[in-house]
Amino acid sequence: MKPANGKPGTSMENKTGSWRTQMPVVDKEKCIKCGQCAMNCPDGCIFVTPNGAQPNYEYCKGCGICSQVCPVKCIKMVTEEK
Amino acid sequence: MSGVFENKELFKSGHTACAGCAVATGFRHIMRAVGKDCVIVNATGCSEIFTSAYPKSAWEVPYVHCVFENAAPVAAGVVEALRAMGNDHTKVVVLAGDGASYDIGFGHLSGMLERGHDVLYISYDNEAYMNTGVQRSGATPWKAYTTTSQVGSKIRGKLQNKKPMTEIVAAHGIPYVASSTSAHYTDLEMKVKKALSIRGPKFLNVLCTCVPGWGTDPSLSIQYLKDAVDTHVWPLLEIENGYLKMNMKPEKKPVETYLKGQKRFKHLTPEDVSEIQKMVDERWEGWVWREKVDTERKKELGE
Repeated sequence: MKPANGKPGTSMENKTGSWRTQMPVVDKEKCIKCGQCAMNCPDGCIFVTPNGAQPNYEYCKGCGICSQVCPVKCIKMVTEEK
Repeated sequence: MSGVFENKELFKSGHTACAGCAVATGFRHIMRAVGKDCVIVNATGCSEIFTSAYPKSAWEVPYVHCVFENAAPVAAGVVEALRAMGNDHTKVVVLAGDGASYDIGFGHLSGMLERGHDVLYISYDNEAYMNTGVQRSGATPWKAYTTTSQVGSKIRGKLQNKKPMTEIVAAHGIPYVASSTSAHYTDLEMKVKKALSIRGPKFLNVLCTCVPGWGTDPSLSIQYLKDAVDTHVWPLLEIENGYLKMNMKPEKKPVETYLKGQKRFKHLTPEDVSEIQKMVDERWEGWVWREKVDTERKKELGE
């Protein structure tokens, strides 16, 4: 009998980015790499890189928390056309 | 893109929480503080639905799902079995919603606290039964709209007050009780780490925004929690061995700052708002007074 449980971390197969209607776009010139966006993201899908914040669009649901918590307002939410 | 920016956390992306879910943000902070050596016991509720939709799981750690009412006894069983096998390092953490903690599992939670099992019980409080479509719970605040506390011409929202869960749990005389929010991550992580360093039952009450339930904009989930603390609606406090300490005493903002923009409160009249303000002020003064008394008593006893 197969055990009724999922393998650890398999939720990564759900590409929740397809839910998105608004897309965060980072102005990397303005980004101060403070990490507020990365800390507050419910999906853990925005990362601070040496060049500035970088969203992972495969999982980003477009909630806009990153844009709202950004102290220098360098993340703009842009309506996405698919 | 994938592979370069991979989520290396113990709570993974790809879970199916609503966009802007503050519970998911809170779980990331909690898991960062708890670490790998743990067993998560998750009561039925939003978090169980969105993290463990079969056959996938967002957890990288051992995870038990149980029904609404028995998260506390399951955790008690897990921890006693581990300790009987000579394992005295693995942490057992319960994650349960307000429905499971304040209402359905309340008796079992009380029993677990009384028996003194070495469990950290975290109640993520989004103030109603959100996963079944927003029904009122013991945690729903006064006058809030839910599908079972409708707004009509006679009855306008929930008739009863929110259950003072933090105080009720503290009355069990357990070593550590604290309240926090998903937005105050330094505070939340500090409290989880502190709780896990203590043996015995611990309780953490974490306020989380619910986008569909509160009727708020998804981007403002974190802002509403900050406002809840800044307006004194939700205190950041800890009760350690019976002594209360307020972790943050922000300058008070009017309660409208928190209430405005939430669809569940849009029917409030100015009289309702001033009544809520009065209730909030009374509760806040109570906590500040108790902190003062406790600090003096602590000094007297030389503890």
